[in-house]
Amino acid sequence: MPQTTLVSILEGHRSQPHQLIEVLQDVQDQYGYISEDSMRAISSELGAPLMEVYKVASFYKAFSLKPRGKNVITICTGTACHVRGANLVLNQAVGQLGIEPGEVSDDGLFTIEHVNCLGACALGPVVTENGSFHHHMNPGKLRKVIKTINSSGTEEISHG
Amino acid sequence: MAKIHAISDLEELREKIVDDRKQFEKTIILCGGTGCKASRAQAVIDAIENELAEQGMEKRVLMRTTGCHGFCEQGSLMVIEPGNIFYCHVLPEDIHEIITKTIREGEVVERLLYTDPVSGKVIQTEAEIPFYKAQDRYLLAQNRQIDPCSIEDYIAIGGYSSIGKTLSDISQKSVIREIENSGLRGRGGGGFPTGRKWAECREAPGDEKYVICNADEGDPGAYMDRCLLEGNPHLVLEGMMIGAWAIGAQQGYVYVRNEYPLAVKHIRVAVQQARELGLLGNNILGSSFSFDVSIARGGGAFVCGESTALMASLEGKVGEPRPKDVHTVLEGLWNKPTTLNNVETWANVPSIIQNGASWFGFKGVKGSKGTKILALTGHVKNTGLVEVEMGTPIKTVVFDIGGGAANGKPIKAVQTGGPSGGCLPADKFYLPVDFDSLAEAGSMVGSGGMVVMDESTCMVDVAKYFLKFLQDESCGKCVPCRLGIDRMLEIVTKISEGRGVSEEISLLEELGATVTQTALCGLGKTAANPVLSTLTYFRDEYEKHINEKKCPAGVCHELITYMIDSEKCTYCGLCKKACPHDAITGEKKDIHAIVLDQCRKCGICRSECKFDAIQVN
Ligand SMILES: Cc1cc2nc3c(=O)[nH]c(=O)nc-3n(C[C@H](O)[C@H](O)[C@H](O)COP(=O)(O)O)c2cc1C
Repeated sequence: MPQTTLVSILEGHRSQPHQLIEVLQDVQDQYGYISEDSMRAISSELGAPLMEVYKVASFYKAFSLKPRGKNVITICTGTACHVRGANLVLNQAVGQLGIEPGEVSDDGLFTIEHVNCLGACALGPVVTENGSFHHHMNPGKLRKVIKTINSSGTEEISHG
Repeated sequence: MAKIHAISDLEELREKIVDDRKQFEKTIILCGGTGCKASRAQAVIDAIENELAEQGMEKRVLMRTTGCHGFCEQGSLMVIEPGNIFYCHVLPEDIHEIITKTIREGEVVERLLYTDPVSGKVIQTEAEIPFYKAQDRYLLAQNRQIDPCSIEDYIAIGGYSSIGKTLSDISQKSVIREIENSGLRGRGGGGFPTGRKWAECREAPGDEKYVICNADEGDPGAYMDRCLLEGNPHLVLEGMMIGAWAIGAQQGYVYVRNEYPLAVKHIRVAVQQARELGLLGNNILGSSFSFDVSIARGGGAFVCGESTALMASLEGKVGEPRPKDVHTVLEGLWNKPTTLNNVETWANVPSIIQNGASWFGFKGVKGSKGTKILALTGHVKNTGLVEVEMGTPIKTVVFDIGGGAANGKPIKAVQTGGPSGGCLPADKFYLPVDFDSLAEAGSMVGSGGMVVMDESTCMVDVAKYFLKFLQDESCGKCVPCRLGIDRMLEIVTKISEGRGVSEEISLLEELGATVTQTALCGLGKTAANPVLSTLTYFRDEYEKHINEKKCPAGVCHELITYMIDSEKCTYCGLCKKACPHDAITGEKKDIHAIVLDQCRKCGICRSECKFDAIQVN
């Protein structure tokens, strides 16, 4: 982990334990998860007990304690998406990638997540792929999205 | 921009901005909300900028990227003024034609006009669209008048004049009296009288007090707070300033969902701009009032929308609620007197101060004044954000604004109030949307989610859905909520799988009543509502699951089988290709069949089939 980024995230928050969630948010954004090392660093810099840092990091959905796949497919399962068939879309992702929500695929390319609501309810079912939105989703559309990422992903690996 | 030190400075600035804008002959209003951005609005915005530059029209045509207009289904949305011409589903490819024809020649591009799905009529102006016509959009309409990242835009439409008026003319007590008299009640779900909350907080002992804006919007299926914060952040800030001044707070917080990146960005920009102009900081507008606002991002826990949990989270802790023996207006954030209001509540404040309590009280019905923004979603033709006078009947919202059933199947229920609310059947659609009527019927206005459900929805599944949600979101601190929800979910799951027995219905009701009475916070206290309301109005569906082992809507996995209707099947192979579980056999041009042992009933084949050949039994 590039130490400099963590240092710059902690900048301005030192010795302010109430800034814990803000700091964790930034670490999550930067690294995609909260590692044990970053928890230790945050604990000592903010002056919050390590147990408190772990408690908070594990309580909130926004934080992942494990690394995630290179591509994060987030399926909205809010009520509006649910009644329009978000489950089908989730089933498609699970079936196609062979992983359950929260898991990383063997090749490290994918993580599936579900979220309670993305606030784009009129366009449901909604899926985001690394933060960019896809609306009015159905299994077929998602299959193509995943296929596209898959082919560009393997290309990258074989070229790299 | 130079700092503003007095109200006269603000008025001068306003005049100057309005004057500067006079050079523009036309305005292109483009929705840049989260919904439209999902429909490629950003590419459209770039295309307009390029095209205006290319045609040398930047000085004559103003392009305004605004927050959400509410009609997300039709995005990207564009309105051209003057003329009020409304274009929907606009794509970057359309821009050249729009600028050349509509902007230059005043000609309408027919193919981009909106067609009303109910009457089939093509409609030219925004004002004529039935979805908008039946609404009273006094809050939402402001969104299309401003670029949320421009404090000038907000000032141009009279922004910050309410705080100006407050600081120069109105005593703190009179502000509170005005809010009390208006009848404004909290829009976050509880419906607590806002003026009374402010009065109690003002009277609470202590010099250090706080105001908080609750923008956690945890109700899945509601997004009005996102829309307001994203589309009109200065309005929310101005409301908070007025409240802070009235109760004597110097520091405010906006606690906003991190799942709303655009809202986070816009409120941050707004705070920064207000600071630069001196509208936040010390001695605002030359008065003795000093106030600043910080932004905190939520951690994605539903329970953190609850007042005491939210405050714990703001303090950097785990978001667990505490008993409210002492109210947060006395001991809230850092144990100091704190006023917490919802985004929409704050957004109502500036106009009440500007136009007076009686103006506000004129809208709505007894006990529920003003308008309410509803998130109309689910199985209706027109979905989106809808603002109506309180007391508007459900049927007006569902049929006049929503345009009725979307898929030709009859509408059977509407779910209001999210996980704390309930499902009301179609024969209750005469009920007015107000705090008391919906509560009496076993649901609630809540934050304003309104999910319309047609006959393809199974009510047992809906109850199960909300219980799962609540089980997941319960913080686990108190036993009734943690275990009560678990047990209710266990029973409802059994029923949905055809393993239920009739006695369990009364057991569910008993459990529901116990959890309601004994849970610590609002999450648990209302957790049984989705179950209890579906039991009240859709008991026959539970009974069919229990007695006949049937799911009438064809949703509950254990009670259905998928079959291929060989008469309708054209042997095209689509379903076979789509099935992620290899459960479909048969070659192209040959009979297809589903291998029941392998079928996981995910429903993907059915959604894929173009000939309606996959049946559920
Ligand atoms: C579990 C739970 C979740 C809540 N979520 C929210 C929320 O997301 N937004 C909100 O404004 N109020 C929410 N509330 C209501 C708040 O506790 C509080 O009543 C409200 O923010 C007060 O503001 P108001 O009076 O302006 O409505 C929630 C309450 C509970 C019990």
